[in-house]
Amino acid sequence: MTYVAKSLTTDGRELIAFRVGDQEFCVNVMSVREIRGWTPATAMPHAPTYMLGIINLRGAVLPIIDLSARLGMKPAEPTVRHVIIVAQVKSQAVGLLVDAVSDILTITNDKIQPTPDVVSSEFEKSFARGVLAIEGRMICLIELEAIFPQEEREAA
Amino acid sequence: MDMNEIKEIFFQECEEQLAELESGLLKLNDGDRDPETVNAVFRAVHSIKGGAGAFGLDDLVSFAHVFETTLDCVRSNRLDPGPEVLKVMLKSADVLADLTNAARDGGSVDEARSRQLIKELEALANGEVPQASAAAPAPVEVVAKPVAAVAPPPVSNEGFQPVAFSFDDFDAAEEPPLMEMPTYEIVFKPKSDLYAKGNEATLLLRDLSRLGEMSIHCDMGALPTLERLSPESAYFSWKIQLATDKGEDAIRTVFEFAEWDCDLEISLVEDEATQSGEELPMQPVPFDLSILDDEPAVSVGVVEEEEQLASRQQDIRNAAVSAAGTASNVLQMAQSAARAPAEKAAPAASAAQSAAAQQAAASAGTPTIRVDLDRVDRLINLVGELVINQAMLSQSVVENDANGTSSINMGLEELQQLTREIQDSVMAIRAQPVKPVFQRMSRIVREIADMTGKSVRLITEGENTEVDKTVIDKLAEPLTHMIRNAVDHGLETPEKRLAAGKSAEGTVRLTAKHRSGRIVIELADDGAGINREKVRQKAIDNDLIAADANLSDEEIDNLIFHAGFSTADKISDISGRGVGMDVVKRSIQALGGRINISSKPGHGSVFTMSLPLTLAVLDGMVVTVANQTLVVPLTAIVETLQPEASAIHSFGSNQRLISIRNSFCPLVDVGRILNFRAIQANPVEGVALLVESEGGGQRALMVDAIQGQRQVVIKSLEANYTHVPGIAAATILGDGRVALILDVDTIVAASRGQSLKPEMSLAAAG
Amino acid sequence: MKKRVLTVDDSRTIRNMLLVTLNNAGFETIQAEDGVEGLEVLEEANPDVIVTDINMPRLDGFGFIEGVRKNDRYRAIPILVLTTESDAEKKNRARQAGATGWIVKPFDPTKLIDAIERVTA
Repeated sequence: MTYVAKSLTTDGRELIAFRVGDQEFCVNVMSVREIRGWTPATAMPHAPTYMLGIINLRGAVLPIIDLSARLGMKPAEPTVRHVIIVAQVKSQAVGLLVDAVSDILTITNDKIQPTPDVVSSEFEKSFARGVLAIEGRMICLIELEAIFPQEEREAA
Repeated sequence: MDMNEIKEIFFQECEEQLAELESGLLKLNDGDRDPETVNAVFRAVHSIKGGAGAFGLDDLVSFAHVFETTLDCVRSNRLDPGPEVLKVMLKSADVLADLTNAARDGGSVDEARSRQLIKELEALANGEVPQASAAAPAPVEVVAKPVAAVAPPPVSNEGFQPVAFSFDDFDAAEEPPLMEMPTYEIVFKPKSDLYAKGNEATLLLRDLSRLGEMSIHCDMGALPTLERLSPESAYFSWKIQLATDKGEDAIRTVFEFAEWDCDLEISLVEDEATQSGEELPMQPVPFDLSILDDEPAVSVGVVEEEEQLASRQQDIRNAAVSAAGTASNVLQMAQSAARAPAEKAAPAASAAQSAAAQQAAASAGTPTIRVDLDRVDRLINLVGELVINQAMLSQSVVENDANGTSSINMGLEELQQLTREIQDSVMAIRAQPVKPVFQRMSRIVREIADMTGKSVRLITEGENTEVDKTVIDKLAEPLTHMIRNAVDHGLETPEKRLAAGKSAEGTVRLTAKHRSGRIVIELADDGAGINREKVRQKAIDNDLIAADANLSDEEIDNLIFHAGFSTADKISDISGRGVGMDVVKRSIQALGGRINISSKPGHGSVFTMSLPLTLAVLDGMVVTVANQTLVVPLTAIVETLQPEASAIHSFGSNQRLISIRNSFCPLVDVGRILNFRAIQANPVEGVALLVESEGGGQRALMVDAIQGQRQVVIKSLEANYTHVPGIAAATILGDGRVALILDVDTIVAASRGQSLKPEMSLAAAG
Repeated sequence: MKKRVLTVDDSRTIRNMLLVTLNNAGFETIQAEDGVEGLEVLEEANPDVIVTDINMPRLDGFGFIEGVRKNDRYRAIPILVLTTESDAEKKNRARQAGATGWIVKPFDPTKLIDAIERVTA
């Protein structure tokens, strides 16, 4: 709650940065409910390849998405060192499998640079909301709702 | 709480009242003439009307009003609730229910029907009773008779305490009120009853004074000597001059509650010049009404006289007020003195009384509380977690401590016991009697009996049998269909019944009972029973069975559960519409239930369905398929078998059949159909689960291995994911992992070639 | 000191409406579900005024009013009856039983408060 007040007054935001393969991404910390270790998921029939299956999150069924595969990179091979970011996308909870959480960043909006005009696919354009230059690294800000468009979730 | 919440409460209450109404009417129909039954029926309608009025639900109010009027005739024995009358009333109850639903959900109602019933109800209220004796007096609007003055109860004068009471202090001369406004003269003579009913002359005068400028004259001429003064009687009368622009109606409103118990004259004073205080044969009283307000009165007077004046005024006020309120003040004093010794005995008596009252309350029903269903569901979920957690704990203790420290094991066993008990108790919270669903059925029976011209009596038994709310909610639909079927197809027409030597009235009996952890609902009719020849022929015509198939009676009877099977020669509007008993069977199975029929030609049929007591947990068979753990609902499984190579037969390009007792049953590889593996597994290495699904079709589901049977807590997949075809829900096993629960029906349908692809899924239906 | 109102009505809807209306008007409200309960709680509730329905299970409004009037402490307490307009006969019976006044259903919050004010000091 105090965070909301802060973000409103300083126009800043807190982002959680994580590594997927050799790239870094970040999402708004407000959409992250918790971070937990990898546990084997139960496979779902007829699910897309990036859908690793479902796990038990304190009694609720939580779908786990391989973010690497979802973002068009090499499918992950989950190990105990992998991390699941439990995020809230609209009314549903979803687990994102990433390699590691790297940072929590507090930035102001002016630090977010427009997405460079090099991306090839419409899909990448749709989820990338800009890039950040932090200590010589490049971190791509992504929007979760764009990665899991509602139509697709409801299509099934 | 806001109005919307109260409205929600109102509709909940309506549902209860409607149930009360119907069950009361049905009792009357069975010949019950207990006045309390009639009262309860009347109250139900009255209550709905009252609430509906508060929310401006005019249609509901006007119908309820007519209904109530007719019921009042029954209540006051002016209308005998014979069968014809009750027929109208039961229909009216249905319309009232429709109107209530329409008011809640904004739907429309059959207006012609409700108008027709209003006419019928009014006719009943007017004494136009079919079959009723002509001697029955036509009920007329009862004209209120003037209340006979109730004699005040005799009061003992013993112990009467004299009260200081001076009449000498009433001063003359109040200034006449300002005359710019119309002035009314009000003569107000309270009767003793005024006080006995909790009205106070002083309060009326206070309210009157708020209307404008007023002067009051109190006539105490009727006051007897103290010895003769009855504390219960009224002796004062008042003449009031009130200058107000509020009008006579405002004055009448002040006396609204008192008008029966006083003589009241209100007249407009035309000519103020003729008015003079001296001409009145009354003592003008400087009546200071501020005594009734919270602030003390401020006396204005000459300084040296102030104290005396104040005290005199106080006396006057006291005298006026206590005189006006004789009933409350004087009486209390008198009686408290007289009653003093008796009071000691009172506590004992009142204790005995309250004990009796408590007993009465207990017999009226155990106390209940209303709880938001969401809260109960949350509790049930949490207990589900507890059960899983406990199982996980047990499992890990066993794994880590093979030889088992006895104290830990004992503790675990106790924990397990407690968790079970908590789970059972929590489930019991949501358990509800099937009564409301059964009650709805009586309406269905009435409607279909009407449509088919059959005469039907519905008997319900065991309606207090409890089952989880989740089951109750889903019970109504299949049950409705079965009842329709029983009346439409099961029972014969009155003519045929009479010809068969039966009574013209058919009987449908609906029974609920608990049997080995399940609820069993039986629907029996005394109709013609299943025409097996006809069913058999139809099945042959529809290629359901071979022309020379050798079927037992039971097998023939159960053919009616096949998809699209209907024996009615013409599709009737009632149980037609292409919806057959197959749909009923399917929805019962979807609830984890089973349904059977047994029929006796000429004597009727009995449908028996057995359902789990809850949908929150399920008895499942835990199996392994392609390294995944799955749960198959136990209710779907007919038997399990270990296929032998000789029993497996290839069929077509990639179909395989298994022969079971000389019949061939298609084999379905669950792992393949769920896309868990690319090629079919070898049936001989696995286990076949013979399942029954939609339309009674059997399939052998191939799984790799059976792990065991257990009760699992059902978890929604839709909450965070989406509906997955072929999967009914998920559950969490003892090791904390999620296992999927198979939807046997869709798996079997998929094996018939229907796609299991998400686009083709039944998400919308789920 | 808040005035205390005892309401007696078997309808949950009406009870809730009374509660909201009376609380908003600054009264302290004690509620009973029927005449029997009304009489049971009477002493403890110690109300300044009573508002009661007529049609109730176990003990109706008439019986309840008679019961209150038999209690010496409350024989002169103002009792308002919730009634429907059509019930001239009932109004009459209620008066015979000892009702002080009546409130016509569906009650209008203002009228309810007015009526209570009218019969209480």
